[in-house]
Amino acid sequence: MNRSSQGSNKWRLLVILILAVVVLMLLDLGLGSVRIPIADVAKILVGGAVNNEAWQAIVLKIRLPRTITAVLVGAALSVGGLQMQTLFRNPLAGPSVLGITAGASLGVAAVMLAAGSAITAFTIRSLGIGGSWLIVIAASIGAALVLLAILAISYRIRDNVVMLIVGIMVANITIAIVSIWQFFSNPEQMQEYILWTFGSLGGVTTSQLQVLGLIVSLGVLMTFALSKTLNALLLGEDYAQSMGLNIRKSRFAIIGVTSILAGAITGFCGPIGFVGIAVPHLTRSFLNTSDHRILIPSCVLVGAILMLVCDIISQVPGSNTVLPVNAITAMIGSPIVIWIIVKRRNLKASF
Amino acid sequence: MSLSKTILTSKNLTVGYKNKEVLKELDLNLRKGELTCLLGPNGSGKSTLIRSLAGIQKPLAGEVQIHDKSITEINAKEMAKTLSLVLTDRIAPGNLTVYALVSLGRFPYTSWMGALNDSDKALIQWAMEVTGSLQFADRHIGELSDGERQKVMIARALVQDTEIIVLDEPTAHLDSPNRIEIFHLLQDLTKKTGKTILISTHEIDMAIESCDNMWLVMPDKKVALGLPEELILSGSLEKAFGSEALTFDYLKGKFSKNLEGHDFIIEVIGEPVLVKWTKNAINRIQQHIKSDCQVEVLGTPKDPTWKVSGTDKKFNSLTLLISYLKTT
Repeated sequence: MNRSSQGSNKWRLLVILILAVVVLMLLDLGLGSVRIPIADVAKILVGGAVNNEAWQAIVLKIRLPRTITAVLVGAALSVGGLQMQTLFRNPLAGPSVLGITAGASLGVAAVMLAAGSAITAFTIRSLGIGGSWLIVIAASIGAALVLLAILAISYRIRDNVVMLIVGIMVANITIAIVSIWQFFSNPEQMQEYILWTFGSLGGVTTSQLQVLGLIVSLGVLMTFALSKTLNALLLGEDYAQSMGLNIRKSRFAIIGVTSILAGAITGFCGPIGFVGIAVPHLTRSFLNTSDHRILIPSCVLVGAILMLVCDIISQVPGSNTVLPVNAITAMIGSPIVIWIIVKRRNLKASF
Repeated sequence: MSLSKTILTSKNLTVGYKNKEVLKELDLNLRKGELTCLLGPNGSGKSTLIRSLAGIQKPLAGEVQIHDKSITEINAKEMAKTLSLVLTDRIAPGNLTVYALVSLGRFPYTSWMGALNDSDKALIQWAMEVTGSLQFADRHIGELSDGERQKVMIARALVQDTEIIVLDEPTAHLDSPNRIEIFHLLQDLTKKTGKTILISTHEIDMAIESCDNMWLVMPDKKVALGLPEELILSGSLEKAFGSEALTFDYLKGKFSKNLEGHDFIIEVIGEPVLVKWTKNAINRIQQHIKSDCQVEVLGTPKDPTWKVSGTDKKFNSLTLLISYLKTT
C-alpha cells in the first residue's frame, strides 16, 4: 500500500466515524422512555415545528443536553486516556491514573459526607438543580488540589514510571480518606455519595453544559496542538530529548491538559471509568497508526460513539428506567475491547 | 597535511551516578569527518559516557564542549540540530510506519504541526536510500528484523541533519552480517557526508578494522586515545581486555584463551588455506596430543586428503583425522 492510498483510507474512515456520530446522536435523541421518530427529531433540531409539542420539549430540553454531554464525555476522556498511555508508555493508563478522578471524589465526598448531614441534605435538595453547582465546584477543587500535588512531584522526578506509581499512590490516599468518611456517615449520606459515583449524563443543565463544552473543546484543541510532542514521546524520553523536546515542560503540559479534561468531566458527571482506557486501544487498533495527528480526532469520534451507544442502552428504550452509565460502559465496552484486541493482535505492537 | 578539526572535546570529565564514578578525568576529542570507536568491555561505562556527551545525563565533574562552547550553554533545540543519537534498545511502538518514524527526525526543524516541506521529504528519501531502508518505507516498524530496524534508526538520525551522530552499541542485538554492514555504512557516511560519528561497542574486531580513531576504556577508569593500531602496539588493548585467562595474539590480532604448555607439536604442510583451517581444528584438541607428528594436506580445498607422515593413515575428512589424532 503506498503512502497516498494509506492517507485516503484514513480520511474515509474519519468520514465514516463522523457519520456514525451523527446517526447515533439522532438515535439517542429519539430513543428513551418515549419513542420519537428520527425524522421528527431532525425536524425539531433544525427548528421546525412538529405535531406533538411535548416531543419538542423532550428532545430540546431533556434529551439534547444529555446527548451533547455524552459526546463531550466520550471525547474528553478518550483524548485524556490517549495522552496518558503515550506519556507513560503503558496500555493500562487512563485519564484517572494520576488520581485526578480520586481528587474530584474527595471534593464531592467532603461536601456530601464530611460536612455534616443536615447541611448537605439541605444544601443539595433545596438548591435543586442549582445545588449541583456546589458539587461541581467541590469536585473541581478536589481535582485541582491533587493536580497541584502531582505537578509539584512531577517537577522533581525524572522517570515516568516513578511518576505513574506516585499518581496511583496519591489516588489510593484520597480513596482511603473517602472510605473513612463513608465509615462515619449515616445511610442517607452514603446513598447520596454512592449515587454520585454511579456517574450520570443527565444531570448537566444547559448553563453547565456551556461551561463543560468550552472546557472540553479547549482541552481537545490543546491536545491536538501537542500532537508533535506526543509523537516524539513515542520513541521514549531519551530520543525525544535528543530531538530537542523539553521533557519537563511536555510532561507538565500533558498532565495539565489531561487533568483539566478528566477533572471537568468528573465534576459535572461523576466518575466515569473505562472509556478513557478502552477507546484509545480501539482507535489505535482500527486505524493501525500511532500518529497522534490522526489518533486525536479519531479518539474524539470513537469516544463519542461509545458513549452514545452506552447512553442509548442505559436509557432502556421503552421503559422509564435509567441504568447507571458506569455499569453500562464497562459491560458493553469490555467485550468489545476484548474482541478487538484478540482479533487484531496488534495491541502488542503499540507498546 | 593538517589533522582534521576537533569538534567535540571533554575537559577533565567525570561521569557516573550519584554515588559512583564510572569513568573519570577524561580529556577526549572528536575530529570532524572521522569514525571514532569507544571500545570497552561490557559494563565499563560506555553508555554512561555516551549519554553524558550527548547531554542527556549530567556529568559528575568537568565539561563537554562542542565548537568550543560548553554543552550546558547550548539550548535543547540547538543541541538537537548539532548531535543526534542512535541507542541500543528496541523502541516500542510497532505500528508506526518506517516513513513516519524516520520523519520524526525532522522534529527540531518542523512547525508545531510537524508538517514536512519538500526539502524535508527529499532528505528523508536520501536518508532511507543511503541506509537501504527505502524498500520498507511503508511497512510498520514492528514487522522489521533487528538489523532493518537499526538501519531505520540510523536513517532517523541522518534526517536530523546533525554534524555529529552518536551511537550507543547499535549492533548489540545484531548478527554478524548485519553488524559488518552497519559498521561499513557508518564508515561510508563519514566519507560521503563529512559527518563526525562516535560509536560505542564491545566488538573488538569491527572496531579495529573500521575506526579512524579509538577511545579505549582502561581498567583504571580512564580512557586511552589513539589509532587502533597505536593502542594495540602500546599494549593498551591487551591491558583493557586481557585477563589471567585471556591473552592477545599480536600477530593474529585476536584474543585467545591461555593454553597450558603444549609439549607436542603437530606440523601441518600443504596448501595455505587448508593448512590454516586444519591447524585451527588441531589447536582445539591440543591437550589430547601425545606425540609430535606431521600432517600433510594434499589436494585442493574442494577435494582434500589428509596424510599423517610416517604412517599409512589417509583421511578424506577432517572429522576422521581429528578423531584419529585424539586417540593416538
